[in-house]
Amino acid sequence: MQALKVDALSKSFGPRQAVRSVSFSVATGETVAFLGPNGAGKSTTLRMIAGFLEPDSGDALINGVSILSDRTKAQLALGYLAEGAPLYFDLSVRDFLGFLARTHGLNSAAAKTAIARVAEDAAITDVISRRIETLSKGYRRRVALAGSIVHDPPVLILDEPTDGLDPNQKIAMRALIARMAKHKAILISTHQLDEVEAMCTRAVLIDRGDIKADGTPAEIAARTPSGKLEDAFHALTRPEKAA
Amino acid sequence: MNATFALNMRQAGNALRAVYMRELAAYFLTPLAYVFIAIFLIALGSFTFQIGRFFDTNQADLAPFFLFHPWLYLVFLPAIAMRLWADEARGGTLELLLTLPAPTWSLVLGKFLAAWTVAAAALLLTTPMWMSVNWLGAPDNAAIFLTYVISFLMAGGYLAIACALSAAAGNQVVAFVLSVAVGFIFTSAGLPVVTSGLSATFGPGLAEAMASFSLITHFEAAQRGVLEMRALVFYIGFIAVWLALNAIWVSARKGG
Repeated sequence: MQALKVDALSKSFGPRQAVRSVSFSVATGETVAFLGPNGAGKSTTLRMIAGFLEPDSGDALINGVSILSDRTKAQLALGYLAEGAPLYFDLSVRDFLGFLARTHGLNSAAAKTAIARVAEDAAITDVISRRIETLSKGYRRRVALAGSIVHDPPVLILDEPTDGLDPNQKIAMRALIARMAKHKAILISTHQLDEVEAMCTRAVLIDRGDIKADGTPAEIAARTPSGKLEDAFHALTRPEKAA
Repeated sequence: MNATFALNMRQAGNALRAVYMRELAAYFLTPLAYVFIAIFLIALGSFTFQIGRFFDTNQADLAPFFLFHPWLYLVFLPAIAMRLWADEARGGTLELLLTLPAPTWSLVLGKFLAAWTVAAAALLLTTPMWMSVNWLGAPDNAAIFLTYVISFLMAGGYLAIACALSAAAGNQVVAFVLSVAVGFIFTSAGLPVVTSGLSATFGPGLAEAMASFSLITHFEAAQRGVLEMRALVFYIGFIAVWLALNAIWVSARKGG
């Protein structure tokens, strides 16, 4: 079964069509890059899958459950790291993770175990008692990622998880995602091509709301004479223009 | 269908408790609640003794004390509620909150109840006034208790307005100004100067209708020791309507 199935999602903002009948799927064990230039419709698509935006048409099935008709159940099966990794800066890391664990229905004992597990996975045990506002950007991003997996969801959606991180922090974040990849269906929005080649088993390329390519990074790269993913990206997408 | 409903209700309860505890911590682990309560108590004491001339009335009742509740709520309660949703919008955490597996109304209710708890704490700390009048004379304690209950409900009304407008405005200062303005309309509609003016211009029907929507009309009846079922229905209904608007405005912020 496909853990995540996106079925003909469309969304307009006024006269501008942001996403046009986008369909793809992600199976358990797959790490799929959702690739495209800025303004391509990546975040809009992810927000519709996560239930933050209402699509004009189409649906998304998370673990076989519709986000439209059974939103709560679908969201329980989903870990979502929104763009910019939003956090409550006034809380300690432990309290933030505890808040997310409780909202996902974990009791005190289960929450305690889950917090210890994700703190270990995300390598944030040493800052678990610190207020989030005192942490570096790399730590904050890892705390946000830990928050998205505290309920151990089978489907994980990460919107630009390494954006703004330094090379060392990027390596650490990629290693963490790779450790989770075997048992989850992971969709990563990015416009960093090195990340796609390093981490992803497949890539879905979107531009101006349309899917332009869906295949392994090698298959997409092979569409150009040079065989480089970067050249395929340039060939299949156009620079962003003001709407 | 039943399983879906049961899951939604269970998750609503989980989210409501988590949001309530998170907001309560935000109030009491920072100076916010303490500053609010301290200034509220100082202001209420000053108004009661200086303007209400508590000792000059020579009566063992709390009329000069309750007189100023609506006016202080009007200004102070928006100050504690204005951050509730505006902060989420400013900090980008609205997306985090609204993608939690819980219905929006449970998040709205959790935040509102946390703010109402702060108001309840402030009200509870005024009870030494009640003890004082019992020491000075023999007040009608049933009427005072009733007025406290209605005052608490009235505080909920002002808070519900401020919570909703915090979601609508998305900015703390704008939310505060709008909440005071809207609160003033729902307060002044019951003032004699407004009702008599409306009555003279548009007839008594409209004046009475306007007064019935005022937050102070039912509060004044309670001070006379009269428990009206319609007062309870009014305040609970008033809070419910504004919280429903709150949920609608929060959902609208999703941009969907």
